[in-house]
Amino acid sequence: MPDSTATVGYGGRLEDEAIVTRLDAAVDWARKNSLWPMPMGLACCAIELMATAASRFDISRFGAEVMRFSPRQADLMIVAGTVTYKMALAVKRIWEQMPDPKWCIAMGACASTGGMYRSYATLQGIDKLLPVDVYIAGCPPRPEALLDALLKIQEKISREPGLKRLKKTPAEKAP
Amino acid sequence: MATALEAVQALQQRFGSAVGAPATFADRLTGRDEVTVTVAREQLAAVCRSLKEAGFDFLVDICGVDNHDSDPRFAVHYLLYSFKNRCLLRLRVGVPEEDATVASVTSVWKGADWHERECYDMLGIRFTGHPDLRRILMWEGYPFHPLRKEFPLEGQPSNVPDVAFTEAAPLQGGPFVTVHGPHVADREPAVRENALPEDIRSVEPNKP
Repeated sequence: MPDSTATVGYGGRLEDEAIVTRLDAAVDWARKNSLWPMPMGLACCAIELMATAASRFDISRFGAEVMRFSPRQADLMIVAGTVTYKMALAVKRIWEQMPDPKWCIAMGACASTGGMYRSYATLQGIDKLLPVDVYIAGCPPRPEALLDALLKIQEKISREPGLKRLKKTPAEKAP
Repeated sequence: MATALEAVQALQQRFGSAVGAPATFADRLTGRDEVTVTVAREQLAAVCRSLKEAGFDFLVDICGVDNHDSDPRFAVHYLLYSFKNRCLLRLRVGVPEEDATVASVTSVWKGADWHERECYDMLGIRFTGHPDLRRILMWEGYPFHPLRKEFPLEGQPSNVPDVAFTEAAPLQGGPFVTVHGPHVADREPAVRENALPEDIRSVEPNKP
């Protein structure tokens, strides 16, 4: 057993202080436990999104508390709310500004399918524009459902060959 | 109402037949106390300037109306309020379909800007002299005016390459769509899915 009071550093033997794993798994592990969400709050789902980030539900337990309002620093877009055709142009543009690799959650009925807004003004599901990884049912969904979606994204990331797909090709990104 | 009627009488003296007879509506229960007057389209800007000088300093709303199958087809309503005299006045202007233009009143009330853009976006009525007549609710380049009566609620497909596209929304099916049926349990999705007992669902509507 290493001495817990010893100075931390390269002092010990290799088998005590090293973890043997695949590089893919290490990259995936780093990615999935530090997702930086882009909170695309467009309607009432955004309130639940904020509740998820607040103390009671505390999304930081899963390493995704760093909400970034700049798409260049985010890798998970949470589309929370009704996407009108006018706003869809902005959502698409912000998505394209996010660096690869990136993931997308369609939160709630509106973002997934247009929800109750069956009209000329509303995009019938953000998946017509972006590749969605996880859909959340609900109007709006509870914070627990959003956390569940986050865990599903983490599962999905941990199955990816992270090293090979450091950069997704455009063909793979197509919805 | 009295002050609004006085203002209308002053308008009639100044503009003659361009200003119609005022229609009044008052209701003590709701506190509504309204005067509506029809104004000739050509004289609208002058009438508005005159009304602003007469104390109507606040433009509450501008809304376009599509009276399909009537002549003229469109109407634009201007709701004015005077903070000094505490009264409302509504102007109504008829707009024919073949020449759907109205003079802009942005030079009289600055707040008219976005109201006129909305009216243009939804009904296609153009406001001459507007400083920046763009769409405000739909995306720039959208080929339709959705509040026209012939336009379907679900929308029409459109595609402007490299800008945007639209598709018609499905109106049937899905958890949020109300279906036809006599009883609330048949119509409303929430009730339908909560599976009311059979004896409640079988009750005929409108029977004691």
